Amino acid sequence: MIESFIVQAFLASAGLAIITAPLGCLVVWNRMAYFGEAIAHAGLMGVALSLAFRVNMTVSVLLVALAAAIFVLALSRQRLVPIDSVLGLLHHGTLSLGIIATGALTGPSVDLRSYLFGDIYAIAPGDLYWLAATGAFVLGALFVLWQPLLRVAVHAELAAAEGVPRHRVRAAFIILMALAVALAIKFVGILLAVAFLIVPAVAARPFSSTPERMVAIAMAIAVAAVAAGLYGSWTWDLPGGPSIVLAMALAATGSLIWVGISKTR
Amino acid sequence: MQHLSASCDAHPQPALRAEALLSAEGLYFSRSGRNILTGVSLDIVAGETLTLIGPNGAGKTTLVRLLLGLDVPDKGIIRRRPGLTIGYVPQRFDLDPALPMTVDRFLGLGLGSAGTPSAIASTLAEVGASGVATQQLASLSGGELQRVLLARALMRKPQILVLDEPVQGVDYLGEAELYALIGNLRDERGFAVLMVSHDLHVVMGSSDRVLCLNRHICCSGVPTAVARHPEYERLFGRRLASAFAVYEHNHDHAHDLAGDTVIPSPDPASIPADVPASSKSHAARDDKDAAQ
Repeated sequence: MIESFIVQAFLASAGLAIITAPLGCLVVWNRMAYFGEAIAHAGLMGVALSLAFRVNMTVSVLLVALAAAIFVLALSRQRLVPIDSVLGLLHHGTLSLGIIATGALTGPSVDLRSYLFGDIYAIAPGDLYWLAATGAFVLGALFVLWQPLLRVAVHAELAAAEGVPRHRVRAAFIILMALAVALAIKFVGILLAVAFLIVPAVAARPFSSTPERMVAIAMAIAVAAVAAGLYGSWTWDLPGGPSIVLAMALAATGSLIWVGISKTR
Repeated sequence: MQHLSASCDAHPQPALRAEALLSAEGLYFSRSGRNILTGVSLDIVAGETLTLIGPNGAGKTTLVRLLLGLDVPDKGIIRRRPGLTIGYVPQRFDLDPALPMTVDRFLGLGLGSAGTPSAIASTLAEVGASGVATQQLASLSGGELQRVLLARALMRKPQILVLDEPVQGVDYLGEAELYALIGNLRDERGFAVLMVSHDLHVVMGSSDRVLCLNRHICCSGVPTAVARHPEYERLFGRRLASAFAVYEHNHDHAHDLAGDTVIPSPDPASIPADVPASSKSHAARDDKDAAQ
């Protein structure tokens, strides 16, 4: 007999995967995986603020993630140091700040593990409604903005020369991405949140000939990995979120190995 | 008629034409305390080919970016005719291989109802790239990619086609073909061409006007006069020599370029500076202007 918390965990993870898959494709196309990591790690600060001031955690994580995104954009205006190094600085800096702030604001008794790794089995029905509402918003916004988002990903300057307001499109994308990361943190934790975005996209790339197909395949792979991960977690008593991410990672690794083999043949 | 200015700074900029599709007046642009453009004015009218030449760092690409609206000038005005559509062929196009994109999907991207399969197929045929319609963008050769980018620009039915060093990554034969293609398309469709080029052969052969830029406009005019002069062979005869022979002049001194390469003595009067590059296209344009 299937327990209801397993069903809830499946609904939450599969819903999250469907929301994050298209954003993850855009993240991969725009080479923004590091950017996602940086804003996810900044999310710990949001956790600290939420615990200290008893505000909704998704909202506080979202606000901190957006602040981190603005900070990254400000730091990337200089040209002495490449952006990936700036992101490395930010990602460790915000993580350290978050750990210190959590301790200082809430006392040493708080166990950070559930925020770093999440607990997919601790989902309340209210979380599912929240996920559904935010997910509908994110997917709706992506549907409306899809063409300009894609044009900016293909060639930002060509798109701008053709009249796409690239800065506004990019800002909208960053907001959606911060929203997805904040959602993912709630379910799979800070350290694994970005995996939900990029790993299914990586797994889908070798089988995709158009951007939309890549999104569809990434969604399918992600939902399959959620099912496989939860099955493994249930069968062998493994932690839920990491099992799902491991299943995604195995799919991505397999798909990249397949490309390597089929190229050399 | 445009003249080869005998000197750069001594002469005021020619008045901008009222019928211009796109004009720029007194553009200044600096970055990190370095002046990249100082007081640049230009205009472009329907059907003409205007080529920007100049040494590396002269601000050619910056000027194009300002005209396209990708950057904002520190000072100066850019006027576009209302409803103007510009087709842009960028200098570099490094599609991330992680983004799967077929040629036909790329051509229709963001065009809405104008991007029908038949419009895509006929534009690809026009640029001689029908064979690549279903291929991945990332798999194209340099020459194929240039034609596809040209097709993308044409899909928008531009009044001005802007090309920044359009032949990068294209072999010599492909280069000549590409320029001929651009010229033919211009004659058929009647758009204006604004081009950045390093290749003086092309400048001489296919431009109506040449604008030599080195942060300011050094000189501008009809290229024929240059091409007819015996000095031309010496300076520009060999393709490789051209890039260096001309560009290593000190453009900061106004008379160097004009004196040494454009209207060299002993007998500047014998050079018919007013003969247009292609009389036919000029005559056609004059007729059109007269009719307006």
